[in-house]
Amino acid sequence: MKPKIVSFTLNGRPVDVMVRPMTTLQNVLRRQLELTATKAGCRQGSCGSCTVLVNGEPMAACLLPIEDVEGQEVLTLEGITPLHGLHPIQEAFFENFAVQCGYCTPGMIMVTKALLEREPRPDEATIREALSGNLCRCTGYQAIVQAVTDAADRLHGNGGVS
Amino acid sequence: MAKHRGVGMAAVNYPTGMNLGGDPSQALIHATTTGTFVITLSSTDLGQGLKTVIAQIGAEALGVPFENVLIDTADTDTGPHCMGTFASRATHRVGNAVIRAAEEARKVMFEVASEELEVAPEDLETDGQGNIRVKGSPEHSINIVDLALAAHFKYGKTISGRGMYIKPKSEVDPDTGAMDPDSTEAHACTVAEVEVDDETGEVKVLSIKSAYEIGRQVNPKLVEGQIQGGSLMGMAHALYETTAPYYPAIDHAPGGFNEYIVPGPQDQPEIESVVLEYPSVNGPFGVKGVGEMTANSPIPAIINAIHDAVGVWITELPATPEKILRALEEKRKEEERGAE
Repeated sequence: MKPKIVSFTLNGRPVDVMVRPMTTLQNVLRRQLELTATKAGCRQGSCGSCTVLVNGEPMAACLLPIEDVEGQEVLTLEGITPLHGLHPIQEAFFENFAVQCGYCTPGMIMVTKALLEREPRPDEATIREALSGNLCRCTGYQAIVQAVTDAADRLHGNGGVS
Repeated sequence: MAKHRGVGMAAVNYPTGMNLGGDPSQALIHATTTGTFVITLSSTDLGQGLKTVIAQIGAEALGVPFENVLIDTADTDTGPHCMGTFASRATHRVGNAVIRAAEEARKVMFEVASEELEVAPEDLETDGQGNIRVKGSPEHSINIVDLALAAHFKYGKTISGRGMYIKPKSEVDPDTGAMDPDSTEAHACTVAEVEVDDETGEVKVLSIKSAYEIGRQVNPKLVEGQIQGGSLMGMAHALYETTAPYYPAIDHAPGGFNEYIVPGPQDQPEIESVVLEYPSVNGPFGVKGVGEMTANSPIPAIINAIHDAVGVWITELPATPEKILRALEEKRKEEERGAE
């Protein structure tokens, strides 16, 4: 199949990429655009390390043909990371020791971003459900769940709850 | 048909480091001209936090702030030799090497400060805030940035140190069989609580509670992270993970990550731990290793809890629903035979 141009918005900027059909968004991000925050864990859609937001919804970039994001808005971890310092969700992960090897972290953070936009103050069960497509081999999840709760506080105030 | 609860316990005694032909690691420290102390290693941080704890140990041993220490590691082409990150050895071995390197670097630091402050080196001390000062006269001090600049441009000296730690090989005494294969040993005890469904054979772990005796903690939050992560890995070994479910046959072996079962965020039981600090004799500041051991005791604790719940012993891991149902069936048959 012949290469073609796919246009979409990436981290707030328009991009056009020349790709072979059915190339995954993951490969376009990591290999073509060299945006490697989006990880490549299982490449089978089961680990969540490649999670990006497409129009605000978490998607596994490893299963997404690039044609499917034509005209859509894609947000990766690079897109939420400020030039200096960290995004409040990143701060929360850092402060709560929710990162060990770090390979699951970008996916966890992108899911957290989508969750907290939909639900500013999620309870623990909601957090675990939202993260259920994301595997972590190191932390045992407890610190990650704490980090998401902390991130909600950082983004939306602690609502008088200490 | 019902769900049965059970409680099981297991303990682990875990050696730090290994014997083989001796177990060495090296560290090199040098100060940049602007007072950053670079600790060069080959030891790898796998995410357990080695770089953090080694920077903490280095800062303490040098007497400088944590922020002034930079860990440069993991390039085995250029770094000083390290046996590697395994056997729960890295904090112990590398930490000891760093302390020795820091002693040598401190000597140069004090020689230069002695020239600058015009007092004998033995009358100087570090304040841990980035200054070297005269004992009993803290207003006479020099900042490490100025010190590093002076060492480099005025005195032509490198503030640097070499450190090596080796646990020598221990031979077996031919008469008694005695030997000293490890440097120190850490201990833990885990209590697991499970719920076993005797209809489906499924095991749900409700809680994993452990007490750890691991020497001095350099970084308690990182220790907690090891224990939490290890508890879940232990649970996964006990119940889910295998590359050959019908070993030695390869039937139903996972063909990719999709089919290899690991626990997700909703499978995590309550995990609780307490840590007792009995410093080791030979670890840096009394540390012992707390890496691999954390995945050990949860496994037999869960298997014991399954026995407590439904009275069957699972002797091959993982304790899949199929194995539990087969064991329960066997038990029923035996009970029927006994009743006849």
